[in-house]
Amino acid sequence: MNIHEYQAKELLAAQGIPVPMGEVATTPEQAEEIARRLGGAVVVKAQVHTGGRGKAGGVKLATTPEEARQKAEAILGMDIKGLTVEKVLIAPAEDIASEAYVGIILDRASKAPVWMVSAAGGVDIEEVAATDPEKIVKLPVDPRYGFLPHQAYLLASKLYQDPKQVRAAAKILQQLYTAFIEAGASLAEINPLITTPSGEVKAIDAKFNIDDNELFRKPDVEALRDESSEAPTEVLAREAGLTFIKLDGDVGCVVNGAGLAMATMDLVKYYGGEPANFLDIGGSSNPEKVVNALKIITTDPNVKAILFNIFGGITRTDDVANGIVTATKMIDINVPIVIRLTGTNEEIAVRILAEAGFSAMTDMDEAVQRAVALAKGEAQ
Amino acid sequence: MSIFIDQNTRLVVQGITGRDGSFHTRQMMEYGTKVVAGVTPGKGGQTFEGSVPIFNTVEEAVKEAGANTSVIYVPPAFAADAMFEAADAGIEFIVCITEGVPVLDMTRVRPYVLDKGARLLGPNCPGLLSAGKSKVGIIPGHITQPGPVGLVSKSGTLTYEVVYKLKGAGIGTTTCVGIGGDPINGTSFIDCLAAFEADPETKAIVMLGEIGGTDEQEAAAYVKANVTKPVVGFIAGQTAPPGRRMGHAGAIISGSAGTAEEKITAFRENGIGVAQRPLDVVDLIRGVL
Repeated sequence: MNIHEYQAKELLAAQGIPVPMGEVATTPEQAEEIARRLGGAVVVKAQVHTGGRGKAGGVKLATTPEEARQKAEAILGMDIKGLTVEKVLIAPAEDIASEAYVGIILDRASKAPVWMVSAAGGVDIEEVAATDPEKIVKLPVDPRYGFLPHQAYLLASKLYQDPKQVRAAAKILQQLYTAFIEAGASLAEINPLITTPSGEVKAIDAKFNIDDNELFRKPDVEALRDESSEAPTEVLAREAGLTFIKLDGDVGCVVNGAGLAMATMDLVKYYGGEPANFLDIGGSSNPEKVVNALKIITTDPNVKAILFNIFGGITRTDDVANGIVTATKMIDINVPIVIRLTGTNEEIAVRILAEAGFSAMTDMDEAVQRAVALAKGEAQ
Repeated sequence: MSIFIDQNTRLVVQGITGRDGSFHTRQMMEYGTKVVAGVTPGKGGQTFEGSVPIFNTVEEAVKEAGANTSVIYVPPAFAADAMFEAADAGIEFIVCITEGVPVLDMTRVRPYVLDKGARLLGPNCPGLLSAGKSKVGIIPGHITQPGPVGLVSKSGTLTYEVVYKLKGAGIGTTTCVGIGGDPINGTSFIDCLAAFEADPETKAIVMLGEIGGTDEQEAAAYVKANVTKPVVGFIAGQTAPPGRRMGHAGAIISGSAGTAEEKITAFRENGIGVAQRPLDVVDLIRGVL
């Protein structure tokens, strides 16, 4: 799960990290009001779940409250990488002497949380990693013992020379580690971590990604979810216990298991079609999941054919068949449905489908080819 | 022969009385797996299906019933502790089926289990099946038969698809292992490749990967350096858009690392035959046997 910058800053502030907060506005008038209250220059920042906001024109400096209103007016409603800006953060503008990057990420290769810090901050750290990898200092943490004080001091000393700033940064790193663990994050970064001309160390921008598997035990973090920033169908899918990702093609796919779902999408492409979505109905599929899956897929006007590909293991194929029959009674489905199922209770499933007027296929390749042909209008 | 489990596997089921645990315990017993014990705290002294003793702790299951392998079907909130418990009890091989285990939990569980000298498979995996001998987990028993192919995969149902197609062509397996797609787990492709290389009955290896991370690339380099048996591969997710999590926590393309194209190239460069479709695995395997 992604959270917004202003929410990430709240997590930092809760640990005591110095971070100029600002306030969130949803209208230009609010933006002006907040800027007036803060006094001085402000930065108007689009709150969307994507990087590269600055490059897209979603971050602007405003020197007066009136200018803050104008900038907010321009940014609100803006489209950044397919996401509409619904909120802007109005943050006090800071005088910056230096910019550093500090971040901690759950790293698959090290199988541990790994720190990445760089004195070259303020820019895209992936670019630094690609062009100047030697400018990034990495340090894995053994989570059984935690992030040790001397490690924080060591990393901080790679960023600053001034002993006061080193101590301040070491403290911030430890606080960030605590925020990372407490949020159940897979990534927590401050970019930039600045020094001011008077020597203070402060966090100016922050990003957290949350491990979805943590959410069941982190209700406070789950509460940070902003459903307005997600596609409505993906919200619906999550609530129904499905994994759904919309794509641009016209063959709707309903599959059990993520690997088989990806392989099915690939096969659609292989046979000349384009998948409309990734949809995994998961393991123990009750008929209701299938109904919800069909509801979600049929909201996409691009879908010209729907393909079921079910390999029954834990999933009972008769449950899927019942779901298909129920769903087609409940919702108007105006596109052809191709059903491939094999495995657990296959005979019962085929009988249920036959009684409702559906035929089922057993071969994955044949079913995919048929769905592609139907989507193209090349088959009846 | 086979890898990791065989007719000498003595299994304890952690979470035997739960919905999934009881269903799959029956399936495993039907297949011939020696299920010697179950564990559900508070239900010690009862029996499962009138024959399998239930204990309160894994330690008792080891001492009283001689369990050497465990399979875990408990909810995500309790999965980490179940793995710690199995390792503490001296279980040699721990298979965690549970999906949705927090990754931070795994950063602590993995080194703990390894330090105890145990092997961990999963979490979020379908388990494994040594054809005709034993199955631990949720892989359906009827989809494969004994034969010369060793299979290792990140996925569940995609594994079923491929071994079922192999069976349709008359080709069976030694062991099918589903390592799961989580970012941090117990057993890697490389662990399985090494075991298949050492297993005299395995004549060829199938490796099913997917987008995300660099496990497949590292495995490909390992194959070139250490594996003398022919290896055939498939990568799922060629049409997946970057930056989106495709169901498995690990299946996300970020930056340049982890695309299907990159993995397919790594396979080819290291002498691994690449199947374009799952179906093509059959011909490639036929060609090398």
